[in-house]
Amino acid sequence: MSTPAESIRAAEAGHWGKDIRSDLHVAFEPRDRGGLEISLESRVDLYYGDSIRAQARQVLETLGVKNAQVRMHDEGALPYVISARLETAVKRAGLAADQKALPEAMPLPNPSAKDRLRRSRLYLPGTEPKYAINAGLHEPDAIILDLEDSVHHAEKDAARILVRNTLRAVDFGACERMVRINQLPLGLQELVEIVPESPDLILVPKVEYAEQLGEVDRMVNELKLRYQINRPIWLMPIIESALGIENAAPIAAASPNVAALTIGLEDYTADLGVAKTSEGRESLYARSKLVHAAKAVGVQAIDSVFGDVGDMDGLLRWGQNSRAMGFEGMGCIHPSQIRVIHEAFAPTQAEIEKALKIVTAFEEAQQKGLGVVSLGSKMIDPPVVHRAQKLVARAKQMGKA
Amino acid sequence: MPERIELAQNAAGRMVPAMVNGKPQIPYIGVGKYQPRGRKQAPPVRSSKDYPENGDKRVSDLETALRNCGLRDGMTISNHHHLRDGDRVALMALEAAARIGVKDLLWFPSASFPSQKSAIDLMEKGVIHHIEGSMNGPLGDYCTQGKMRGMGVLRSHGGRWQAIQDGEVHVDIAVIAAPTADAFGNADGSHGRSACGSLGFALADSMYADHVIVVTDNLVPFPCIPWQIQGNNVDYVVEVDSIGDPAKIVSGTTQITRSPDRLRIAEFVASFLREAGIMKNGFSFQAGAGGIALAFVQYLKAMMKEDGVKARFVRGGSTKFLVELLNEGLTDYILDGQTFDLAGVQSIGSDPRHVSTSPFTSYNYHGKGNFASMVDAVVLGATEVDVNFNGNVVTHSDGRLLHGIGGWQNCLASGCTILAVPSFRDRIPVIVDEVTTLTGPGELIDVIVTERGIAINPRRQDLMDATKNSKLPIRPIQDIKAEVERICGGKPAKPKLTDNPVAVVKWVDGTVLDTVWQIS
Repeated sequence: MSTPAESIRAAEAGHWGKDIRSDLHVAFEPRDRGGLEISLESRVDLYYGDSIRAQARQVLETLGVKNAQVRMHDEGALPYVISARLETAVKRAGLAADQKALPEAMPLPNPSAKDRLRRSRLYLPGTEPKYAINAGLHEPDAIILDLEDSVHHAEKDAARILVRNTLRAVDFGACERMVRINQLPLGLQELVEIVPESPDLILVPKVEYAEQLGEVDRMVNELKLRYQINRPIWLMPIIESALGIENAAPIAAASPNVAALTIGLEDYTADLGVAKTSEGRESLYARSKLVHAAKAVGVQAIDSVFGDVGDMDGLLRWGQNSRAMGFEGMGCIHPSQIRVIHEAFAPTQAEIEKALKIVTAFEEAQQKGLGVVSLGSKMIDPPVVHRAQKLVARAKQMGKA
Repeated sequence: MPERIELAQNAAGRMVPAMVNGKPQIPYIGVGKYQPRGRKQAPPVRSSKDYPENGDKRVSDLETALRNCGLRDGMTISNHHHLRDGDRVALMALEAAARIGVKDLLWFPSASFPSQKSAIDLMEKGVIHHIEGSMNGPLGDYCTQGKMRGMGVLRSHGGRWQAIQDGEVHVDIAVIAAPTADAFGNADGSHGRSACGSLGFALADSMYADHVIVVTDNLVPFPCIPWQIQGNNVDYVVEVDSIGDPAKIVSGTTQITRSPDRLRIAEFVASFLREAGIMKNGFSFQAGAGGIALAFVQYLKAMMKEDGVKARFVRGGSTKFLVELLNEGLTDYILDGQTFDLAGVQSIGSDPRHVSTSPFTSYNYHGKGNFASMVDAVVLGATEVDVNFNGNVVTHSDGRLLHGIGGWQNCLASGCTILAVPSFRDRIPVIVDEVTTLTGPGELIDVIVTERGIAINPRRQDLMDATKNSKLPIRPIQDIKAEVERICGGKPAKPKLTDNPVAVVKWVDGTVLDTVWQIS
């Protein structure tokens, strides 16, 4: 299928400049003849100049481009980024709509369990490569490659290709690999690009009706079948409006693939027309309702982000309060927040010891064939035992017991 | 450089010139192998009859002082770099020499800075023949492009002392910038509006040079107390309006890195010292003033407090972070070779436990021992490290002259030498097969700490044993390198170098460790 001549044009992608790191800018001009003319200015020219020029040739060949002028300014971009920027420029020029220049795939991490630890999920802007490369080293429970609010609307196409390549080429260690797609209908297009790379979880923003989630779920299942993906891809709807909060339980129940519910406080407070405070009283109802909806359906409740990166004490207080309300984790916008968040969501030593005592008492009672569990003079009800068992299991997961 | 230079292979397998600037050289023969002979060099005997009885050695300007010292073609002029990028005195002296009309001088700074790039004009005009000392930025490029008439010589702080002491470099005239001085020539760096802390880098020059000129913007009536430079070694004193730009001499504040990756490296280093049992009561350590090193001090400080550990001494490059350790009772002393910020200057000027050292006491290898080998742990940077734990600080992987050696080589003698480096910078791997320019032999480098893991030199079984149950990511260096090469898309290409030497790297004993080659 050939594209009409008028819609083929010069195009650019990527960034360069003194303050840019780990990225590459491409100015792409398709021509009728003359082969590939590739020029490169790079701060790593001496070390990888030949390799970059060769890679560019290879990528263009894969995309079926035979005649073009390509000018690249490189600021130390890694190969998967170079590939993404070239592909984006070529597609913006109106070519290669059905081709992909996929980087070599890293082995996939273990599949993600539905109720795994999700204490911290670190947002990474989808258009800026430099944050993703070492994100896994800081050991958040999850990373989020974001296609939505951190990406300017003119860069959505670039982010999609870059995030796809990132999922393929970057090692995130044991982190859960999440992608936040855009609101529907754009989000559905993005799934087509992203799902083949087996992300572990899709964050769906601004969900207000169960049916919106149903659409996403159907698309994901269809793509999994088409690309023969046998590992789970979970869904986490983000509720960001009063209507969404009203529909929280049906949204959570919309699919067995929903692993957690979360809330977006900026949009929610805007919807209410109130200021967002660091104590969060204005969102107390919404967050409580969210927790209840999640628990009613049997999924996790995950809290929003804490925006003040300089305020670690405030973060700790928010996190501890969040845990006390029933949340199992929260969003994270900077690696320096990770450790504090994990501390906030960890059971205290005293809680762990108490829980261990209860579990031991339960196990002893079981062994003796007793129906009633007691600790000292207190009788311990089954729900209390159950909660203690969950706490001990969680503590073990966190390496604290 | 028209003639062919004769090269020899040294004990590190590197090709080095047999002659440098007309002087025969000894190729490096290994750590602790070279036996020096002979006596220390000394300046001529002088008589007090030739100096003012009232002790007033002032002359009207630097040009007069240089003429009085008998400045001639081909002489060696030296200065210290305690005023760093804010220094004005070195160029003042060289420009005065140019006005006098001399040529072919050897400029021998303890380090040069980008603000001194007009020295290139003086080289083009023939006033300066060549520079022996570090050459950053434009001066470094000038040298690696083969434009300098003589060969550059890079020495450590200790090596520079050794070269002067042993007579390898004969200083004709030393020009010493002094933040405070009296008319007799006693001088100090800890007070005055251009205060810079220690003046240790000028000490050897003051003792061994034939002629010594002190230049100050803060003359005080005799005596100048404290005095680090003795006026009894000084010929002339010159007053000027300003010896340097205070804003560039010391920084107002030194900043800890905020990069999460670099903080991770810094925390690993501190944890390593704790888990290896090196951090314990009465221990000692040294760290540079770079972003990672400063962060390391903060992490270590928290651990010292938690474990109730106090250091006997810490060595600097002093900054406010070291001063805090002193003030909070976490160390008995700071032994300071160079002061980087206002807090350091303030402390050295007022706290008797914050002591000025010199390259003689800290680093000189040709003496009866020095402090460097007594330090339990040192944390340094590097531009490159290789799989044999060799280190490079003077060139990047492109072969361009970047950096002086400073005290880096001297510090390698410590009990546990740690290089704290990112595993790659801007797609350029820091861990390579073989360093481009050898600055430190691998047998002295014990641990390499990156954001992706910690590599312990296999020679240090004791450190491996001490940390075998650690949760720190201790890995073979080849593993980290392989991971980095995968991320960066393969091994980097090597620079295209000619076979024309433009500079040499000396080891702490004056032998030649490696060569810097002209870039194609």
